[in-house]
Amino acid sequence: MSETQVIGKTPQKAEEHPMAKILRMDRIPHIWCSTCGIGTALTSFATALEKVNIPLDHICVVSGIGCSGRIAGYVKLDSFHSTHGRALPFATGLKLGNPKLKVVVISGDGDIAGIGGNHLIHSARRNMDLVVLCINNFVYAMTGGQTAATTPLTAITSTSPYGNYERPFNLPHLAASCGAVYVARWTCLHVRRLAKSIEEAINKKGFSFIEIIAPCSTIYARRNRLGDGLDLMKFYHDNAIIKHGADTRELDIGYQDKIIVGKFVDIERPTFLDSLNAWNKKVLGEKFREYGGPND
Amino acid sequence: MKANPKNVLTGAHYLDGDHACSEGALAAGCNFVAGYPITPSTEVVERMTERFPTIGGIFIQMEDELASMAAVVGAAWSGAKAMTVTSGPGFSLMMENIGLAAMMEAPCVIINVQRGGPSTGLPTLPGQADMMQVRWGSHGDYEIIALSPNSPQECFEFTIKAFNLSEKYRVPTFVMSDECVGHMTEKVIIPPADQIELEPRRYTTLSPAEYLPFKPEKDLVPQIIKAGDGYKIHITGLTHDEKGYPVMNWQTQEKLVRRLVDKIRLNQDKIVEFEEENTGDAEVILLSYGISSRVAIPAIQKARKEGIKVGVLRLIVVWPFPEKRIYQLAKKIKAFVVPEMNYGQIVLEVERSAKGQAEVYLVPHGGGWVHDPEDIYKAIKEAVR
Amino acid sequence: MKFWRKPLDADKIQIPHGELHIVWERCKGCSFCVEYCPREVLELSIEFNSKGYHPPVVKKPDDCVKCGLCEMLCPEFAIWVTEKEVDKVES
Repeated sequence: MSETQVIGKTPQKAEEHPMAKILRMDRIPHIWCSTCGIGTALTSFATALEKVNIPLDHICVVSGIGCSGRIAGYVKLDSFHSTHGRALPFATGLKLGNPKLKVVVISGDGDIAGIGGNHLIHSARRNMDLVVLCINNFVYAMTGGQTAATTPLTAITSTSPYGNYERPFNLPHLAASCGAVYVARWTCLHVRRLAKSIEEAINKKGFSFIEIIAPCSTIYARRNRLGDGLDLMKFYHDNAIIKHGADTRELDIGYQDKIIVGKFVDIERPTFLDSLNAWNKKVLGEKFREYGGPND
Repeated sequence: MKANPKNVLTGAHYLDGDHACSEGALAAGCNFVAGYPITPSTEVVERMTERFPTIGGIFIQMEDELASMAAVVGAAWSGAKAMTVTSGPGFSLMMENIGLAAMMEAPCVIINVQRGGPSTGLPTLPGQADMMQVRWGSHGDYEIIALSPNSPQECFEFTIKAFNLSEKYRVPTFVMSDECVGHMTEKVIIPPADQIELEPRRYTTLSPAEYLPFKPEKDLVPQIIKAGDGYKIHITGLTHDEKGYPVMNWQTQEKLVRRLVDKIRLNQDKIVEFEEENTGDAEVILLSYGISSRVAIPAIQKARKEGIKVGVLRLIVVWPFPEKRIYQLAKKIKAFVVPEMNYGQIVLEVERSAKGQAEVYLVPHGGGWVHDPEDIYKAIKEAVR
Repeated sequence: MKFWRKPLDADKIQIPHGELHIVWERCKGCSFCVEYCPREVLELSIEFNSKGYHPPVVKKPDDCVKCGLCEMLCPEFAIWVTEKEVDKVES
């Protein structure tokens, strides 16, 4: 019969968590609330990293500000916790400064689609070689649950106490219409599919956007009387519909309505750097000198 | 470390101040520029876009100045020598990530070709009214270094100097040009590469296990690494300890912010730079910087012809401020005359540094054009009366 | 393990057995692992940890097939599973 190793309670020696090599275990436990989904999104990212073909030394994580923005502090990679909304331009600088890096932006909906919305559309338009994991919990959770650009209509937040009347963004559609080459959406319950998607996105060149629907227990679920994060996970279980290749125009999320998940876009298009180098080579010929990084 | 000959356009050129800044940046080894078009600074990036493809470097036109400055901080951490260029309204937008650069101690250069303000103000005409904003513009306590050129030749030289200072002290460093200097075309001598001394980045020699990203050296500046080298650092805009990890308490805040401020304040004797002329027996000193220091020349000559002993103190490095020297001089002279294209910014620092030992006269100008030298002359006359 | 109908490749398939590791004090009691374990191996303890949460305990250790779902769902990195031994499927 197997014995469970209950570490800390009984003085049994156990190996460290298998994801410990990509996590800063000295900073765990993290700041996220009980039944928050951000930690689950992070395990999916860590799982994906085990499978990608890129050396971990070359993978960087950039976050903005907010609950999800704290992810940068928990991954044992070169990780940067930048300013609110500016994770994408920061990552753009990091990537262009050293093109051999693979830069993953992990941040929240408020950070990426709210204050950083302009950077999102332009990074997608340029097809900057970045992976964006946008953890959408429908509110500004870190500051106490204000209405976000993603709050579903009628949902209650701290700044819409009678219900939200502003139309939210359909993030996969926004990213796809601006030119993202890989667009997917999963919930925190779809851990394996999410990890697979993250792996695909990291292995792909170009601007990849994955929306991760995450339960927020303390703010979103509590204010809307939806129970806790587990109840939201159960809700995803019952209401998420996997529809690969769905028309991104039909991906709006209504309040406690069905959530269409899946991989919606997976196309090829030259990245910003590909275009820059190819065009200059064509026009300048021999005179063109490609920038290869700081040691160049 | 010497400049790389492939980047240096050695020779005598007829350049405007903005283009001279570009050549200075290239000579300094700049290989990343993120910017957003804004008059009167755009010529700087225009020249970079022309030059980069043949020498190796990345220019990206970002969606706004918030993004430009964020990209510069990101590029600095990837090991690039990064720069951005802007003017008034864009400078205001950059403040958020200038604070980030100060907090992350990212070496980078920002060129501000100043124009008249506030708001959109005078896009095509000069001003010097961002001199306090450059020092205090982002929230919280931090220090920066700012230089002020008064000719295209100095635009070239000071941009190199700015890169060197930013590398040495790991601090955002500013070239506070203005529309007049930026659009003024003069002879610029670019020396051979082996005569251009560059400050190397302070890369650590420690192993990943020993390295702490914010552990200061003797001069309070920590050693740096670049992303991708396997150090697996965490860098945050939050208050952090030597490891770079966020720590939310007053002790860590005190240690970190004190060091961010002290690394410039305690090294200020090494950073401060100014030009002095006839200050030995002066009764009045004309203290100026940037284009105002050139406009003042006829006024000084006129006053000297009349026998007034006018000394000159021109600030090359405006921030940190040469408070010690000004106090020394204040004890010997009657007054300082400070012409600047604003309604009183650097003059406040002169008053503070003089500690009441000398009178301080401001010759204000709202911007849009340079001072009439006659106004400066009148102020000198007033000061010695 | 007994099957209702014997799979054709049952003699080739080896079902792994998992050994669960739970960091008692790291758990914040979300019970994602308990809820979504496909073989209902876990249940919440009656005891509290020092944070006041009920961490999971293993109810049916022999049933764990090391699918790793608990490990992936756990937002706290507080549970993981290692392979214990490999049993031949009883035919």
